Amino acid sequence: MTDTKTDTKTEKYFGQALKRKEDPRFITGTGRYTDDIVIPGALHAAMVRSPYAHAKISGVNKESVTGLPGVVHVLSGQDVKDAGLGSIPVGWLLPDLKTPAHPAIALAEANHVGDIVAVVIAETRAQAEDAAAALEVDYEALPAVSTASAALEEGAPLVHDDVPGNVAFNFEIGDEAATNEAFKAAPRRVGVKLKNHRLIANPIEPRSSLAQFTPASGEYLLYTTSQNPHIHRLILAAFVMSIPEHKLRVISPDVGGGFGTKIFQYQEEVIVLLATRLLGRPVKWTARRSEAFVSDVQGRDHETEAELALSDDGLILGFRVNTLANLGAYQTLFAPAVPTYLYATLLNGVYKMPAIHARVTGVMTNTVPVDAYRGAGRPEATYLVERIVDIAAHELNMDPAELRRKNFIGPDEFPYQTPVALVYDSGNYEPALDRAMTMMNYPALREEQARMKGQGKILGVGLISFLEACGLAPSALVGQLGAQAGQWESSLVRVHPTGKVELFTGSHSHGQGHETAFPQIAADELQIPIEDIELIHGDTGRMPYGWGTYGSRSAAVGGSALKVALQKITTKMKKIAAHLLEASVDDVEHESGVFRIKGAPEKSRSFSDISLMAHLAHNYPEDLEPGLEATAFYDPKNFVYPFGTHIAVVEIDTETGHVKLRNYGCIDDCGPLINPLIVEGQVHGGITQGMGQALLEDAAYDEDGNLLAGTYMEYAMPRADDVPTFQLGHTVTPSPHNPLGVKGIGEAGTIASTAAVANAVMDALWHECGVSHLDMPYTAEKVWKVIRDARSQPQAADD
Amino acid sequence: MYPASFEYQKADSVDQAIAALAANPDLKLIAGGHSLLPAMKLRLAQPPALLDIWGVQEMKGITREGDWYVVGAMTTHAEVLRSDLPLFPEVAGWVGDPMVRNRGTIGGSLAHADPSADYPAAALALGVEFVIRGPSGERTVHADDMFVGMFESAVRAGELLTHIRVPATIQASAYEKFRHPASHYAIVGLAVARHASGEVRAAYTGAAERAHRLPALEDAVKRGAPAPTGLVESGDLLGDRFASAEYRAHLVDILAARALARLG
Repeated sequence: MTDTKTDTKTEKYFGQALKRKEDPRFITGTGRYTDDIVIPGALHAAMVRSPYAHAKISGVNKESVTGLPGVVHVLSGQDVKDAGLGSIPVGWLLPDLKTPAHPAIALAEANHVGDIVAVVIAETRAQAEDAAAALEVDYEALPAVSTASAALEEGAPLVHDDVPGNVAFNFEIGDEAATNEAFKAAPRRVGVKLKNHRLIANPIEPRSSLAQFTPASGEYLLYTTSQNPHIHRLILAAFVMSIPEHKLRVISPDVGGGFGTKIFQYQEEVIVLLATRLLGRPVKWTARRSEAFVSDVQGRDHETEAELALSDDGLILGFRVNTLANLGAYQTLFAPAVPTYLYATLLNGVYKMPAIHARVTGVMTNTVPVDAYRGAGRPEATYLVERIVDIAAHELNMDPAELRRKNFIGPDEFPYQTPVALVYDSGNYEPALDRAMTMMNYPALREEQARMKGQGKILGVGLISFLEACGLAPSALVGQLGAQAGQWESSLVRVHPTGKVELFTGSHSHGQGHETAFPQIAADELQIPIEDIELIHGDTGRMPYGWGTYGSRSAAVGGSALKVALQKITTKMKKIAAHLLEASVDDVEHESGVFRIKGAPEKSRSFSDISLMAHLAHNYPEDLEPGLEATAFYDPKNFVYPFGTHIAVVEIDTETGHVKLRNYGCIDDCGPLINPLIVEGQVHGGITQGMGQALLEDAAYDEDGNLLAGTYMEYAMPRADDVPTFQLGHTVTPSPHNPLGVKGIGEAGTIASTAAVANAVMDALWHECGVSHLDMPYTAEKVWKVIRDARSQPQAADD
Repeated sequence: MYPASFEYQKADSVDQAIAALAANPDLKLIAGGHSLLPAMKLRLAQPPALLDIWGVQEMKGITREGDWYVVGAMTTHAEVLRSDLPLFPEVAGWVGDPMVRNRGTIGGSLAHADPSADYPAAALALGVEFVIRGPSGERTVHADDMFVGMFESAVRAGELLTHIRVPATIQASAYEKFRHPASHYAIVGLAVARHASGEVRAAYTGAAERAHRLPALEDAVKRGAPAPTGLVESGDLLGDRFASAEYRAHLVDILAARALARLG
C-alpha cells in the first residue's frame, strides 16, 4: 500500500452517452429469459382458454384426455378451490370498490375470451397443447358485453352477479360547484366526445413462468417474467398460495419488455406453483403469442365527454370531464388506480385551470382485464386535455401554440397546487415550447400547410405541451389514496475486498438499461472505473425488498436509493481513511478517486486500500463495524413532473386517406440525463408506441366480446418505416426533491406522442374539412371518407 | 406456437415429389413455408403429412430462353428481387421482410393463390405461363386460367408447379400497392405491363376473392382514353374492418391511375 496515488483519474460518468453494457448479450441472442431456463424433469402446462366472452362452465371432462400421450395431470377451477387458494388480489382499493373474485382457474363462469378454464400438464409442451386442444369442456354461452357504455345500459348482461350494474367504482375529483360556476360565467365553451381505444402492449417476450417445489425443505422457486419480483412474492405468498414468504424465491431474469403488462400477478403463475406443489416436479408455462393477445392485461379504453370553458381571448376557466373506464372482466393489481389517480389527477395538464371537475366510472365488461400500460392514465389524460385545447384553439381561431402559451403555469408559480390534488413542484414550460417550435420551424410548417390546402397531399401540424407525474411515489400519500403497497425503493451496495462493487436494486430492468445507468451513478459517487461495478436485480433471494419498475420510477426512486446507499459507503470509507491517515474524519476528502487529507494531498489512500482494510479490519477504528456494505431505503417526497412540447407533422394522401407521419420533434425535460443514449432510446420507443395508437393499433372487440385483432395479421404494430427520424432535444429542470434531481423518461414519449400525432391529423382535417374531432386510430378509409365527404360539399371547409 | 403433429418427408427431385404425392394423397407440399407454417402453428391447418421440396434443385433459379425467362418455382423472393425479370422484382420488394423473402418462394406464393398476395396481379399483367407437372406429364397454364378462387389455383392435387415462364420482352411495367396496416398484405395491389405488341395488360389483387384482369382499363389504354373510374363493382369485392368493399373499389381506381402514369 502506498501513501500517495496521484495518478488516479476519475471520469464523470453521469451524463455520458455510454453504450449499454447489457446489449451485447441481447443482440447476440445470449440473454437468459425465463423460457431459456431448463430444470431437468420439468413438466409443461398448456392452458385451456374460454372461446366465449361469457359462459357458464358446466363441466370439465378430465377423462377426455386421460391416456393421451404424455398427459400427467389436469387442473380445473374446482382443484383451485379445493386447494384453498386465494383470489388474485387488487392492490389499490378505492372507496366502495366492488371487486369480483378472480380465481386462478375459472370455476363457474368464464368471463372473457381467453379466461383459463382448465390446465393440462404433460411431459412436453407439444403433448400438453395437443391434450389441451382435445379436452372436453362444456360451456353454456351467456350474453356478453364488451364496451363500458353498453355495460351501463339498462338491462345489460351482468359480468359478475356481485357487481350490480357492472359498476366497480364511481370516482370523483375536483370541485363540482366551482366548475359549474366557471362554466356559467364563461363566454366560450367547447366540447368533445371521444374514445381512447384499447391497446395491447405486445412486449417482444411473451410471459413465462417456471415453478419448482422442493418438498424436503418446503421451498418454492419461481422464475417469472416480472417487472417487480418482490410484489409477485408478496402477493403469491401472503394472499394466494399461503406460502411463508421466506419459502418462496421469485427470480425475474432477463425480461424482454414489459410496458406495464408484467407488473401484475396473473393466473398462470398461481397455476404453475399449484401444479408443482401437487405433482412434486417443476412445471413451466410460456405464453404463445396468441395467448398473449387474450391474457396480457390491456391498456386504455376510455369513453369520455368533456367540456372546456374559456374567455373570449382564450383563457381557460374551467374543465369538466366524465369518463367511463372499461376495466375488463377482472380487476388486476393497479386497475382501479389507473383511470383515477393516474388519470383524473393529470387533467390539469400544464395550464392554469381555475376549476376542474371529473367523474370516472369503472365498468366491468367481458373483455381482457385493463390495467397499466406504458403511461397508465397519463396518456389518456394528455390525449383528452391536448385534444380539447386544440379544438378550443381552432374554434377561437387562435394558433394552438399561442393558446397554450397563454395558459401555461408560469415558472415563478411553483409549487403549483392544481384543483385535482397534485402539487407540481417544478416546471418551466415556455422554453420547451419555444425550442420545439424553433427546432421544427413551426411558422414554415404553417406556410407549407396553407400552400398544400386543397391539393392531393395535405399537411397537419400537431403540437402538444404536456406533463406527467411519475417516480411513483410517496408511500404515505399513495397509502391515503388506497394503495396496498409502499412506493419507496431500496438499494444495497456491496464493496468487495478488492474494491470491486456489486449494486443490488429493487428496481427491475426489462429494457431500461439499468445495468449501465445505475453503475454510472455509482462510479461517480465512488470515484472508481465503471468496469468495477455490476448491477444485480430481479431476484428476491439476493436483493433487499423493493417495489420494482413501472411509472418511470427507477431512476428517480431506485436511483435515489442507490445514491443514499453510496453515500453511506463513502462516509464509512472516510472514517477508515481517517484512521489510516491518522487524521480527523472532518479533514478527509474523497477527491480524484482517493481519500486524502485536505491540504495534504500527498497523504491518501486508494478506494481498494480502504475496501481491503474494511474487510481485514487489522488496523481499524475501534468503534466501527468491519465490512463494507450499505443498504438504503428511499421514500420520495413527491412525484416527479417531467414535461415538454412535442410536435408531429403528418402528410395525408387525400386520394387514399393514408396518413404518413412525416416529421416528429420534441423537447423533453426529464431533469439531468444520466445517460443521453438511453434517454434517446426511451423517447424513440415511446414516441413510436404512442403513434401506434394514433395511427395503427386497435384492440377492437365485437359486441359479443370477441377480440377482432387477435394476431399480427389484424393488430397493426408500428414498424420502423412507419416513423420518421425523430428530432430530439432537452431542457433541464431538476427535480427539487430527490438527490439526483432526475425525473423520468420511460413513459414520456408515449404519453405525449399519441396526442401530438392525433392533433396533427385533426389539424389537417380541420383546415381541410372543418372537422373538429374523429376518434383514433386514423385508418386510411376513415380519413379518406371525411375528406371525400367534405370535398363533395363545396362550402364545407371554413377556416 | 405448437402445430398439431404431422409426418415429414423430403423430395430431392420433381419426379420423387410426384411419386410421393401419388403414393400418399394426404401429403401437403411445403415450399418456403411462410403461408403454411403460420397456419399450422395457429392450428388453422393441420396437414397429417408434409412433403418438403426445398431441396429440389431443378426448381430453383432463373434462366433466359429466347424471349422468355424461366423461373424455378422454388426461387426465393430475395432472388426474384435481385433478378432482371420484368415487374416481379418490384413486387417482390413488397413481400414480407428480408427474412420472409429469404425463405418464401415465388412458386409457393402463386400456387397458394392467397387473395391478398402481391404476385398474382403481376402474373396476370405479365401474362406469365405456369408449367405444372403431374403423374400424367407436364401441362402449361396461362396466367388468365391460373387463379381459380380464394386460395385455389389451377394446380391440382398430385401436381407440382415447377416453373414459371415470364415474357422477357415487356416494355414497361409498374406495381402500386396499398397495404394492410397490420399484415402488410395487399388491400389492393395493382399491376400494369406494356407488352412488346404495345398491348397493356392490367390486373388487381387483394380486393377480391382472387386476382383479376381489368379489361375496362386495358380497353381505355388501347383507345388512348384516360383511366376510367368505377373499374370494379364494390359488390364483387371483399370488405373488412380496415377496408370496406367500397373503399377497395375506390383504391383500384386510384392505384390504376398511378400505375398507368408510371408506365409513361
